[in-house]
Amino acid sequence: MTRDQLRILLPVLSLAVLLAAVFYLQPRTMSYFGLNLLFNLAIPVALATIAQMMIIMVNDIDLSIGTFVSFCACVTATFVHDTPLLGYSILAIAILAYSAIGAVIHARGLPAIVVTLGMSFVWSGLAVLILPSPGGASPEWLQTLMKSKPPLVPMAIIAATLIALVTHLFVKRSSFGVVLQGVGGNERALERAGWSIVKLKATAYGIAGLFGALAGMALVGLTTSADANIALRYTLLSIAGVILGGGEFTGGRVSPIGAVIGALTLTLAASFLSFLRLSPDWQIGAQGAILILVLAVRLLVSRREER
Amino acid sequence: MSGLSQKPWIWSYLAALAAFGATMIVSGGQGGGSLFFAALTFASFAVIVGVGQMFVITLGPGNVDLSIPATMTLAATLALKFMDTNTSLMLPGLLIALGTGTACGIFNFGLILLLRIPPIIATLSSSFLFQSLAIWSNRGLRIKPPEPLADFATGGLVIPNLALVAIGVAVVAWIVLERAIVGRWILATGQNMRAAQLSGVPVNGVRFGVYVASAILASLSGFLLANFSGGANLNMGAEYMLTSIAVVVIGGSSIAGGNSNVPGVCGAALFMFLLVSMLNSYGFGAGARLILTGVIIMMVVVFASKRKYAA
Repeated sequence: MTRDQLRILLPVLSLAVLLAAVFYLQPRTMSYFGLNLLFNLAIPVALATIAQMMIIMVNDIDLSIGTFVSFCACVTATFVHDTPLLGYSILAIAILAYSAIGAVIHARGLPAIVVTLGMSFVWSGLAVLILPSPGGASPEWLQTLMKSKPPLVPMAIIAATLIALVTHLFVKRSSFGVVLQGVGGNERALERAGWSIVKLKATAYGIAGLFGALAGMALVGLTTSADANIALRYTLLSIAGVILGGGEFTGGRVSPIGAVIGALTLTLAASFLSFLRLSPDWQIGAQGAILILVLAVRLLVSRREER
Repeated sequence: MSGLSQKPWIWSYLAALAAFGATMIVSGGQGGGSLFFAALTFASFAVIVGVGQMFVITLGPGNVDLSIPATMTLAATLALKFMDTNTSLMLPGLLIALGTGTACGIFNFGLILLLRIPPIIATLSSSFLFQSLAIWSNRGLRIKPPEPLADFATGGLVIPNLALVAIGVAVVAWIVLERAIVGRWILATGQNMRAAQLSGVPVNGVRFGVYVASAILASLSGFLLANFSGGANLNMGAEYMLTSIAVVVIGGSSIAGGNSNVPGVCGAALFMFLLVSMLNSYGFGAGARLILTGVIIMMVVVFASKRKYAA
């Protein structure tokens, strides 16, 4: 096994164990309908996690993704629904803005954590301006797509697989994806080889913005309405998802498939407890506990490797 | 004078003064005293958590305490539940809050040390646990603080009592950072952990102390906030995650660690509150207020980095 395969093994195993536990506790979830219900809300989380992964890949961290997804959800539920052309233009401009932030962060040598922190106020302010109180409506096609029932395999599973495969092919198999990983690995070497780091960072942030926008749209398709705080938790969940999926904060070492699996695991962790008939008070805590558990196992595995 | 303009913290005070002046222009000089009092009160909460966050950020890249809001909520919930408006239990209540903070800090650092995971992830996962504990123990009840504590938290002569507490915390933090050997250790650890270790700094002891101190300060701030606002609620700490980081950065500490200053945190905390009240008095809505807050935070950061390059 290569190192990459080994890295992906643990997230896969932890998801499998958790899924098995859920199946054991509630056998009825082992069905088309059950699986769809379990993983439905994982799609926007997975998209946001991929967005966060793009930023972590270039050695930065994005504290604004949750508010950005909320903002995109608000735009989708209002402008995209009412005046599609204007709506999509706003989303496109927002993505360009994300890309510009990446460029500015690198060009001025600013700490990403602070700039994205500032941006999180901006996105959440914009979201409040667009939708001061919960409401809006999902565009028809989006709702149909998110709630569609393809034969045999539930939509949630198809979407998650698709997201994982597409981003895997892009990040791990395309030459441009490898260059982007290189920004996190050794920026200076890339620069000497003639690449413009500013452009590369702008691209990574732009792709993150694209996935953030998709996450917002997917969320509206599922919930059929939006509010300005709808996705605030995604900031922390996405960071946790990337790390859970075998990613690391430095060195451009990330795994898109792992990140999607990490997002699925965190979503499942929340519903796991309700099957245990434990009080819902512990749902957030369960996500924390599972995160800690997986990291502890990862430590044991890597220690064994060292020997 | 040239010495003074070299100090990075002077800018946060100038910004706070400008925001205060701008508010006064709108109100025509009315209510300056009460704005001053309110600013000192609300800045106190931010100063107390900000000082803790500052020590953590000083430890170097990747060190951020994301569990501050959850620690505040948990400590306040447990303490108020224990006191149950009973005046005779005030001191034990405070001790319970601080004890909760200590336990949270030890748990945080335990995760960092034992699991060897980045602090940002460790504090993130433990904050999920703390939050759940708080939800579980709170059960949606809102227990009032004992009368004398509420009076203490909302009262004060000329300057609020809370500001005195915050100033006390800031002075102790300043002495630790600037005048004590421990402060040198913290800075050395933040600048280069390996080098610090080789030169005999008890690196793990320093990190342990810093994470526990941050959690204790968070619990103190949560305790005071709950007494001030008439009870603990589950999202009382939420805004302090961003605020605690923002005051450190605006205050002129380096986000990369190894370089910190306490006066800046205080100035930035005043600035953050005065900024919001300025935007309020100009009649901005919640949305515009958030946007301007974000833009101004980023402008301060861009401005600060420019001066660094020039120097």
